[in-house]
Amino acid sequence: MCLAIPHTLIAITGPKTAIGRYGTVEVEVRTDLIDKPAQGDHVLVHAGFAIERLLPEEAEEVEALWESIRAHSGTASR
Amino acid sequence: MGIDPGALGNGFPMNEIARNRVITAARALKDLADKPLKFMEVCGTHTVSIYRAGLRALFPRNVSLVSGPGCPVCVTTQDEIDTVVRLSGMEKVAIATYGDMIRVPGSTLSLAQARAMGASVHVVLSAAGALDLARRLPETTVIFAGVGFETTAPATAAVVLEADRSGQDNFLVLNFHKTVPVVLRTLAKDPGLALDGFLLPGHVSTILGLSPYVPLATEHGLACVVAGFEPEQIMAGLVLLALQNREGLFSVQSAYPQGVRPEGNERARSLLDTVFEVADAKWRGLGLLPGSGLRFRPAFSRFDARIRLGLTDIPAAEPAGCRCGDVLTGRIHPAECPLFGFPCTPEEPVGPCMVSSEGSCAAVYRYGRSELP
Repeated sequence: MCLAIPHTLIAITGPKTAIGRYGTVEVEVRTDLIDKPAQGDHVLVHAGFAIERLLPEEAEEVEALWESIRAHSGTASR
Repeated sequence: MGIDPGALGNGFPMNEIARNRVITAARALKDLADKPLKFMEVCGTHTVSIYRAGLRALFPRNVSLVSGPGCPVCVTTQDEIDTVVRLSGMEKVAIATYGDMIRVPGSTLSLAQARAMGASVHVVLSAAGALDLARRLPETTVIFAGVGFETTAPATAAVVLEADRSGQDNFLVLNFHKTVPVVLRTLAKDPGLALDGFLLPGHVSTILGLSPYVPLATEHGLACVVAGFEPEQIMAGLVLLALQNREGLFSVQSAYPQGVRPEGNERARSLLDTVFEVADAKWRGLGLLPGSGLRFRPAFSRFDARIRLGLTDIPAAEPAGCRCGDVLTGRIHPAECPLFGFPCTPEEPVGPCMVSSEGSCAAVYRYGRSELP
């Protein structure tokens, strides 16, 4: 329902605006909804607004999730 | 029998890590689903990803997935569509809304058809674009038809606050925003659905966090897992749903730590709460659900198109034969609608579930027809 695309903030342009980059596309992103936006932040952008900072795939929480899934995988299907 | 990686569709490019994770999760799902399990993917973006990536081919026979009400355009009622089409015919009025809205057939016209007949209808990518339009057209009343759930509504709130500060009085909002947890409680109680769990929407949960869903687990005994939108993230969500059912311990978990903090986005919720308060809302297919919508707080009522223009609801019938209401509550599969494929197609939609890029009917039509009997 709510597609959000990861962008990197490449410039902070105002109190509530930044330029976000996704691939080769650069767009204005509103930053009203996140605390202290900074250049280099990886954010999820939905309908022109950054809604959250993204954790990297290497984050401990993501690794822990896949560890738990691997623990349940592969007994019946080998 | 092993998992056939070849069953994965080509619709969703995946790197090797993602592909391996999908296969790992498919194995875990097969091992954990030791009884029939019926889950609902709440979010339309999940529906599209599932069909596009061909994930259903990897589900064990025990696991079935039905689509839910998480397509904002789909749950917008016929009355609401008719209201915005009606307003588009007024003098010195411009309508601004998100793209999918303009093709939804109203009782007489869609917004796209009204535009072809001369109405001023503008597609915007952001609520901020609607406010910009109001600044550019000072002699025109710009009405932003705001659809969407908790992910989208904070942006509307932010823009209303900005309009309030800058005194942009030619900017109005026709507020169609709805909220997710209440509708899930309604579906949780539906004996006809008999669900075993919800695959919860990723980006609604980015804003809400996990706590609003807790009653679904504690009171209704349903597994609840927030998932992201990549194929491996969806599969991870399904594994955790199956695991909760296997263990008989129901809670709200996140399989999407990248984009969802357990506490959600407090700043966005605070903006939302400044401008809007909880209200009743009507949903296509579900009718009036107490506490499932938002209305302007009195301090911001001058931006409420309903109040400023004295609008009253005019009940409208849904298109004859269209079963969007049953599709978006998981009661039927899109292909069970007698209109699916003929005459209803994405090019000539009869109902909103075939219009929206997030609608289940459009997802099945575009990506899932090879699975149909």
